[in-house]
Amino acid sequence: MTQYLDFEKPLAEIEGKAEELRAMARDNAEMDIEKEAAALDKKSADLLKSLYGNLTPWRKCQVARHPERPHCKDYIAALFTDYTPLAGDRNFADDHAIMGGLARLDGRAVMVIGHEKGNDTKSRIEHNFGMARPEGYRKAIRLMNMANRFGLPVVTLVDTPGAYPGKGAEERGQSEAIARATEACLELNVPLVSVVIGEGGSGGAVAFATANRVLMLEHSIYSVISPEGCASILWKDAAKTQEAAAALRLTAQNLKELGVCDTIIAEPLGGAHRGAQTAIAAVGKALTATLKDLDKVAADKIRLDRRKKYLDLGKKGLAA
Amino acid sequence: MNWITNYVRPTINSLFSRREVPDNLWTKCPECGTMLFHRELADNLNVCTNCGHHMPITARDRLTALFDGGIYTEVKVPEPVTDPLQFRDQKKYTDRLKDARKKTGERDAMLVATGEITRTPIVAAVQDFSFMGGSMSMYVGNAIVAAAEEAVKLGRPLVLFSAAGGARMQEGILGLMQMPRTTIAVQMLKEAGLPYIVVLTHPTTGGVTASYAMLGDVQIAEPNALIGFAGARVIEQTIGEKLPEGFQRAEYLLDHGMLDRVTKRTNLKDELTTIIRMLMQLPPAVAGDLPPPHIDSHALEGAEKAPVKP
Ligand SMILES: [Zn+2]
Repeated sequence: MTQYLDFEKPLAEIEGKAEELRAMARDNAEMDIEKEAAALDKKSADLLKSLYGNLTPWRKCQVARHPERPHCKDYIAALFTDYTPLAGDRNFADDHAIMGGLARLDGRAVMVIGHEKGNDTKSRIEHNFGMARPEGYRKAIRLMNMANRFGLPVVTLVDTPGAYPGKGAEERGQSEAIARATEACLELNVPLVSVVIGEGGSGGAVAFATANRVLMLEHSIYSVISPEGCASILWKDAAKTQEAAAALRLTAQNLKELGVCDTIIAEPLGGAHRGAQTAIAAVGKALTATLKDLDKVAADKIRLDRRKKYLDLGKKGLAA
Repeated sequence: MNWITNYVRPTINSLFSRREVPDNLWTKCPECGTMLFHRELADNLNVCTNCGHHMPITARDRLTALFDGGIYTEVKVPEPVTDPLQFRDQKKYTDRLKDARKKTGERDAMLVATGEITRTPIVAAVQDFSFMGGSMSMYVGNAIVAAAEEAVKLGRPLVLFSAAGGARMQEGILGLMQMPRTTIAVQMLKEAGLPYIVVLTHPTTGGVTASYAMLGDVQIAEPNALIGFAGARVIEQTIGEKLPEGFQRAEYLLDHGMLDRVTKRTNLKDELTTIIRMLMQLPPAVAGDLPPPHIDSHALEGAEKAPVKP
């Protein structure tokens, strides 16, 4: 049963009606509802197309955060073989908001690291809603350095509301951990490819996504601050999230124009949560193509390639 | 000196508390309430002479206080594209920029300069909290990259004074992207074998602490400076408990192993000199040894490489 977002309410009504009709027909063999149901199906398909053909930035945020959207573990399970999780930062703990380990992508050994949000109450708590603590960044640094030593490309899957605003996280130096993780990304002599699969939340995303290539799913977002946070600071009004979402230019399409995102990966109609397998396959295809592309960059240039991407950013703004 | 602090000032205070004092001549210490005469306060680098509270100091005053004889040369910062997102909240970003420029007389929230501290050549970058909360903009990123490039070119250490609420929201993702950009600047110094020293001043938070402000070879903070990633209010809301006294203050971070030192502003110049001269393998600075004005500084730079004989 799909969870509908607020703007999908008309869709829920139509799909609900079609479902009702079919249920009635199942109980009553003489009823011929097929024509009517088909008409409703067509109506809902058209509506889905028009709704998703032109999502506002705020609606994109909602889709990017959809609880049924495929998460890191779904991508790892479907796209990678021999996945061998590696745990711990060797200092304090293993952060379950960050998954990571050795795996094969199309048979090729890589290091895969990503945020996992969880998909029910229990797993969400276990994964801390995808918000890393310092240990998560330090685990990622450890895994990235290992990949670097053994010449394995690094793939990161980004999906986080941001760093965890906790007392212990501050005391154990989450600023430093994020800074060092970003630094580790920039020091790699192996290709680093990031895919923003849902939310790219501020510094918690940068620490993983300072990559040679940043891929974004069509309805994913990547932002300096959440629209809610921005609304309460700049508008001093928590109700202004839609305005803030629009002003922040946080969509994959805006980020592509600004040069932060290199490739947009199309999502199935109605968002990745309506066609998880299709979305995951599209990410796999894009990852393979990107890694193949980066193979053309000489090993001693891969770090400079990444550095150049970031130094060159901001030379142009959005078209007026 | 003590008798002034303990006797004369309270007397003056009691005199002045009874009538209106012009803002520009007297400043009331927000911590202890002492009325401080502007010239005396400036001489003490805006540190309360009574309780030691560190008040804000402008980026330019910081540079003047830092460099020998107040002499420094500004490094030109490449101008980024203005308002890349055409951002507008209740106000247009371009108007906010205009206001901040008018208010501060500065181009943006970071100044870069070269000069000497106690005859030790350095490059300094100073973040200006009075310019849109010191927020990390593309200009700030460009300034840090320019500072690192200048330091590498001249073979000098970089001393950076941070002060910011975080990335500049009005530049959206491009503000955030200054985290990797400034980290690259730090890497340039590292690769050139040059010291990078961060002085964290009140307040340094958000994406700034999570990038260049936490990557120093030596991390120094001014007393009681607020330093952290997440805001205290957000943390309290998230964890549902009150935070301890002094949370996210310099001394708290020192206790938790996140800083090397907490140093009073009035001691900073001496301390920076001492540390830099050791890291740069230079002999100790000679006390009170400012160059006479007629000797050119390049000759001195060469001369000081040789050990100074007493
Ligand atoms: Zn005081």
